[in-house]
Amino acid sequence: MRIWGRSGALCAALALAAGHAAAQSQFQQYQKMVAEGSPVELFELVGEDLWKKKQGPKNASLEQCDLGMGPGVLAGAHARLPRYFGDADRVMDTETRLLHCMMTLQGRSREDATKRLFGNEDQPSEMEYLAAYVAGQSRGHELAPGQSHPKEKASYEFGKKLYFLRTGLWDFSCASCHGEEGKRIRMSELPVLYKPEAARPLIATWPAYRVSNSTFKTMQWRINNCFAQMRTPEPVFGSDVVNAFNMFLTVTAQGEPYAGPGTKR
Amino acid sequence: MKRRILLATAAATLAACAGAPVVEHSKLSDAEYTDLSAALKRDFRARGQAKMDRLEPDAVQRACNLHADNPPESVAKPLEQAQLNTIKYPNGPLLGDWKSGSKIAESGRGMQWSEKPDSPGGGGCYNCHQLSPQQTSYGTLGPSLLAFGKTRGFGPDTQRYVYGKIYNAKAFNLCSQMPRFGHTGSLTEQQIKDLTAYLLDPTSPVNK
Repeated sequence: MRIWGRSGALCAALALAAGHAAAQSQFQQYQKMVAEGSPVELFELVGEDLWKKKQGPKNASLEQCDLGMGPGVLAGAHARLPRYFGDADRVMDTETRLLHCMMTLQGRSREDATKRLFGNEDQPSEMEYLAAYVAGQSRGHELAPGQSHPKEKASYEFGKKLYFLRTGLWDFSCASCHGEEGKRIRMSELPVLYKPEAARPLIATWPAYRVSNSTFKTMQWRINNCFAQMRTPEPVFGSDVVNAFNMFLTVTAQGEPYAGPGTKR
Repeated sequence: MKRRILLATAAATLAACAGAPVVEHSKLSDAEYTDLSAALKRDFRARGQAKMDRLEPDAVQRACNLHADNPPESVAKPLEQAQLNTIKYPNGPLLGDWKSGSKIAESGRGMQWSEKPDSPGGGGCYNCHQLSPQQTSYGTLGPSLLAFGKTRGFGPDTQRYVYGKIYNAKAFNLCSQMPRFGHTGSLTEQQIKDLTAYLLDPTSPVNK
């Protein structure tokens, strides 16, 4: 009896796993289909040129930029962000750190470096190209954002509270849409991003080429897009609030091997 | 042997899953709320029609945030009554033109920082609700409103409820996820009348 009971439970678990795998493979098939026609690599190549290009008052490249693993070390760096940086005394994600390097290494003003953060299909932005290149160097590395420094812990906690905060003209929180399983806006399925199973595949594929925009988009752009739809004012690029969000989402997704830059609908 | 491998795999999977903390929607303390509000003011900028006053919480947002969207009746009831008092009912009929209501239900535009303040906005109803059986691209965040009038009646009480619900959803359920379209000036009186007709005109496709 005991054995039957056990194997029954095991079979049920296996059946569940099989069903899950079938659903996953359909999703993966779609992902694979769009990825095959994706120009992500082109963005990475242009990003590499920009990484090495001497610019700004100091006529310097970004090659000595420290993304957390030492100056110029790119392999796996994106997968370990956001994290705390002592030289800036704050938590930074990839885009925030890139901006920091433009200002410190290249001597550019914040105004100059943030003049055009979000591009379009005719002309992508420098930040988008750079984000593509840097993220591409983390493929296969498990997401492992910083979680030991008190400011990293505070950032996560802050992001978590923000996720559920009702605000803006229309009283929305992130959870208003991304709060319950199996819900849709029109035909778009809404991932419940405070749960690892939903956060993992998503965070592991941002930044990404977005088919509906015909161009490459960064995580900061994605967060801005949600706030725009929530009818709030605009989040400041690289601000603590944005980094806290990113920290919350990335900790929730931790352990997932980075598989981006991805291709999205 | 096979079973041992399976069990080992399951254990490894569980160990990997244990990495991410379990997240719950918890109530904010006053101090936490003050901190969050200050951070938003510091880290957002007014742009276009989206001014910073949109981040200023009113009594409704405050109560919902302090009670994780589930305030006790003693808190919710008086606030719902106050929201009910904000609803400005039109003089004359509450039903407008369901055809223009249909367009307003389809449109998700309006009130964003990138949009012109004077361009007509929509209600975005289909983002969250099913309405006409002909429109198969509908969201599921809100309840289905298919055959709304046919199943709930077309009478004056229902008309008044629908107009009021679109004008200020928080009057009927304090922490409803539905925006307060009239109260926030997102939809005009005429637009709300047209939407009311879309739901309650017997000739509207919603009731076919």
